[in-house]
Amino acid sequence: MYDRGKIIAGLVVFAGLTTLPFWYNIGKARVRPDPRLDTPAIRQMKEKHCIESKRFMIEYHMQMLNGWRNAVVRDYKTTYVSTSGQYFTMSLEDTCFHCHSNEKQFCNQCHSYADVKPYCWECHVKPGEEIAHGQR
Amino acid sequence: MDSDKRRFLRFMGISTGLVIGSGFLGGLSSALRLGTKLGGSALAAQGAVSGSLISSPSALKAGRWAMAIDLRKFKTNDDYRRCIDACDEIHNIPDIPTGQEIKWVWEEPYENAFPEQQNHYLEKGLKDKPILLMCNQCEYPPCVRVCPTGATFKRRDGIVMMDYHRCIGCRYCMAACPYGSRSFNFQDPRPFIKHICPDYPTRTKGVVEKCDFCAERLDKGLLPACVEASNGAMVFGDLDDPNSDIRKLLSKSFSIRRKPELGTQPSIFYIL
Repeated sequence: MYDRGKIIAGLVVFAGLTTLPFWYNIGKARVRPDPRLDTPAIRQMKEKHCIESKRFMIEYHMQMLNGWRNAVVRDYKTTYVSTSGQYFTMSLEDTCFHCHSNEKQFCNQCHSYADVKPYCWECHVKPGEEIAHGQR
Repeated sequence: MDSDKRRFLRFMGISTGLVIGSGFLGGLSSALRLGTKLGGSALAAQGAVSGSLISSPSALKAGRWAMAIDLRKFKTNDDYRRCIDACDEIHNIPDIPTGQEIKWVWEEPYENAFPEQQNHYLEKGLKDKPILLMCNQCEYPPCVRVCPTGATFKRRDGIVMMDYHRCIGCRYCMAACPYGSRSFNFQDPRPFIKHICPDYPTRTKGVVEKCDFCAERLDKGLLPACVEASNGAMVFGDLDDPNSDIRKLLSKSFSIRRKPELGTQPSIFYIL
């Protein structure tokens, strides 16, 4: 075999480059998302329960919110009747943020982990943001 | 030579058949894939709508919402300011001092608001009288006709609504609107909002916005903010209901509308 040294060296470099992402991330275990429910509003609730079951909210909140935005803006339906028969106003500001007022510890935990970047906040006012702007 | 030609023709025939056949199969399989995809998302959507979506029991309903602005009752600058500020505050309307301003409710001199109603011998004071302007919520809205995405549309109660989620910022609606009622967000409006009202979203760079008769308040059972602030100088109601306040007012006072010759049938009536 001619040029054995060059070929083997080349192969080693090639293998190293293609597996670089694995080397780069070795030992850096991603921290599991840990969404916090510790807000004043939730602490005061006797029975800590979102508008639907926890599992449903984790799996489907995005489809739910997408349906809400069309229902509210385009069909002027503003009220959500949950499976348990309770009435809720379909609104991020008026409903969701009352309890989930900790965006960093709640929303961003999973969104950062899954690298999803919802652009809701370009228009919808995050909890606490109005104060930050008022001080400008 | 002959046999070569025959082989060539056979080869061509078979390969053409193969190409057409595979194209057909490919189309079939992608159609099937699409089918399963649609079925899948429909299932997900079904799962997402586990509860039911209804309109609020306290929502105000009408056949066609309209507003009468009684300009006889607008006397001082404060009368105008009160209505404009009420709107600006709750809708997070930025105060941009350049030509890129955002307007929902604003004032213009009579001669700009009613350019076709000019004459040299107008009633004293009328020529310079500011007129309160806003989206006319036309019965035949030109903006809705031209919107390529359905971002602006007419509700069943006559309100011409904006769905900012779907606006792509093409500004066709602004070109179509004969009343200048629409504003474009050339930049992020947030730095220009003094106090952000947390109950209402701001807009974002690249969308068109306008007055929507406070649709979000009507859906909660409240009257539009400017009407509430006007101390009775603005009357809001259902044109389809002959006993509504607005119909009563219109039947006993002479009213004009902006550019009626265009046939858009505005829902804002001015009583001079």
